[in-house]
Parts: sequence; structure tokens; C-alpha cells
Amino acid sequence: MAPSQWRNRPWHRCLGFLFAAVAASAGCCAQERPYFVTYSHEMEEPGNLEIEMSGAIGKPPVGNRFLGSTTEFEYGVKAWWTSEFYLDGQVTWHDSTIFTGYRWENRFRPLLREHWINPVIYVEFGNTSADKALREVVGHDGRDDFLDSNADARLEKEREIELKLILGSDFRGCNLSENLIAEKNLAGGPWEFGYALAASRPLKLAASTRKCAFCREKFQAGVEMYGGLGDGHSFGTRLTSHYLGPTVNWSAPNGMTLSFSPQFGLNHYSIPRLYRFGIRYEIEQFLSRFRRGE
Amino acid sequence: MKGRRVLFLIPTVLIVVTPAFCAADGAWLNHVPAKDHGRKNPYEGRADAVAAGRIVFSDHCSKCHGENAQGTKKRPSLRSARVQQQATEGDLHWLLVNGNMARGMPSWAKLGDPQIWQVISYLRSLSQ
Repeated sequence: MAPSQWRNRPWHRCLGFLFAAVAASAGCCAQERPYFVTYSHEMEEPGNLEIEMSGAIGKPPVGNRFLGSTTEFEYGVKAWWTSEFYLDGQVTWHDSTIFTGYRWENRFRPLLREHWINPVIYVEFGNTSADKALREVVGHDGRDDFLDSNADARLEKEREIELKLILGSDFRGCNLSENLIAEKNLAGGPWEFGYALAASRPLKLAASTRKCAFCREKFQAGVEMYGGLGDGHSFGTRLTSHYLGPTVNWSAPNGMTLSFSPQFGLNHYSIPRLYRFGIRYEIEQFLSRFRRGE
Repeated sequence: MKGRRVLFLIPTVLIVVTPAFCAADGAWLNHVPAKDHGRKNPYEGRADAVAAGRIVFSDHCSKCHGENAQGTKKRPSLRSARVQQQATEGDLHWLLVNGNMARGMPSWAKLGDPQIWQVISYLRSLSQ
């Protein structure tokens, strides 16, 4: 394609603007929780855009190793409303690399002040197939779901609506978060349920008197546990998978946050080990960068 | 007939909306519980807290409130009499923990108490 044709394409221009905004932005120091599955009650600051790429590497005992990945765009619409758009994909060793779909979620905080426990309402629509990002476990999800080839797994389209009740508390610098998940495939089938729990704390609460990259307050450590709760026909913690693992993140300079968590399957339905990692970049007051004089 | 309706509508809207905006600006002070109003800053008078608070402010607050807390087009100055004199340090702590979400100010409870007090130490140092 000739350069002049490039310039004439509107989406290329949009992409150019986006990259220019990212390049020109001074990222802020995101003080994010080190969770991969669990949501805390903390919302994105209004006007900020957070871009995150995260992945989960695992291997079912008799299947191929896989890497499920998610690219996430999180925008703070209001102080009480956060909207996120996800693009999902996966790589399966000895098989193929595919785009698995998209999801759009919105989180609303009904109570506008901090309480000892803070509820957030989460609503998501997803259109995925052969997804291996493991952003949650619901119903009777288990390691057998990862055995089909990508060609077969893609035939099953999952247009789903997902509701979560997110509960979060902050106590002496510790964050405790609990999520209750209900998911429904719009093509039919019963409601499926799941849970996620997490706790974390910065290694130091007070800030240092000088700017530093590796101070203890830049690191957060915690633990995360999640799993399925069956479905409308058979509710419970049996015949579904559960995971538990430590998790850590580092708020690097210039708005970057790096996260890592090894997670361990707790029963025979789970993948024995998952390695999760994420890189996150926050752009402060994203839209104001496109306004004149700001 | 239509013109009369518009003439009636404009003052009605102004009467209803104006006090709402006036009340919202600084109205948060009226909502601070007495026990929070009287809280003391454990870092009061400490130069290291001011230095640390400046860094936390620069990381989290300056984009909206300006690099020197002078305010921006849409967000208020933190050098105002309301912040520097009218509000107690306990009031400011309450505001940072709870935010003023209806007005766009998020909760900063995630920073934890020590960093919130450090920011308050920095803000109060601006008036000296």
C-alpha cells in the first residue's frame, strides 16, 4: 500500500492519534490490586484509560499447552461507572493461534461513599468461542474444556451475559474482595455460578520521601482463589474446578504495572498449574489530550 | 403560546438548578461526621511527610488539580481558603477516603491512611 493510501484511511488516522496520545502521555502511577480474576470495588479514575495485556499459560495433563490472552481497555466514565472492552485470543501448541472474541463490561458503584463493605454491580456481554483466557470459572468448567482442537472448539459460539456482585473492603491497608458470578448463555442452558476471593496489601503503606522505582510501597502481594459453583440444576463446589495462588505486582515508573501469579488447581477438574502475567499502562485524562488547549 | 412556555421554563430551570450547583461546591463539608472532623494528622509537623506527600500528590492528584495544586479548567484549586482554612485535616482525610463521586472526585481509600495523611501534610504546607 502506498503511503498516501495509508494516510487516507480513517482508521489508520485514528490508530495514529491513539499511538500519538500514548506516546505523548505521562502515565500516572497506577496503584492497582494484583488480581487477575477477582474485581475489587475500586473503580477507574474518571477520564483515565487503562490498557492491559494479560495472559494465562497452562497445560491440561493430556492436552496441549496453551496461552490465553486478553487485551483490555478500561475507561473511567464517571467516578461511579467504569466501562471495559476486551479482545481475547489464544495460542494452543501443536494447533493454532486464533482470535476468540470480545467482551464489553460495565461496573457501577451504587453507594457513593466508602463503607466497611462496598458493593459494585457488574454487567458484561461476551461473544466468544474457544476462549482460554480463564477470566473466571463458572458452572462445571474444567480441564476437559481445553482438550478440543481449536477448529472444533470454535464451532461453539458463546454469546453470554454475565452478572457479578463485587464486594470490597479496605482495612488497615489490606484489601479484601469477594465476587459472586452468575452467567447465562443466551442460546440456552441454565444459569452458571462461580466465585472469586482475593486479599492483598502493599509491602509498605507510607510513601518514601524521594522518587524511587523499587521502594516497598511499589509492590503489592496477595492471594487469590476462584472456582465454579455449579449451575441452576446442580449447585455446589463439586464437579467443577478451583484455583488458588499467590499474586504480586509492581508499579513501575511512568504508569506501568507488571503482575504475576502462579496458580494451582485444587482438584482433578482443574488444570494443575496456571501461570498468569499482566502488563498494564494507564493514561491519565485520555480524552482531554485531544482537546485544544489542554 | 410556545414562547410563553419557554419564558416560564427558563427561570424555573434556573431556580431549580442554580442552588443545586452552589450547594454542591463545598457542600461535602456538611457531610463530614463529627468524629472524622476532629481527627488529627499523625504526621503533623513532619517535613518527611510533606516530601512524601508531594510525590504522592504528583503521582495521583496533579493531573486534575494542577502540578502545584492551583487547579485546572475543570477541577478546583487546593490552595483555596476552603481547603487551607475552613476544612480541618480530618475533613480532608474524610474527603480523600470517600471522594465526592457525584462531582467527579474518586475515592482514594486505596492509597491507605499513611499516604492520605502525607498528601494532607503536603497540601497544608502550601499555605505556609
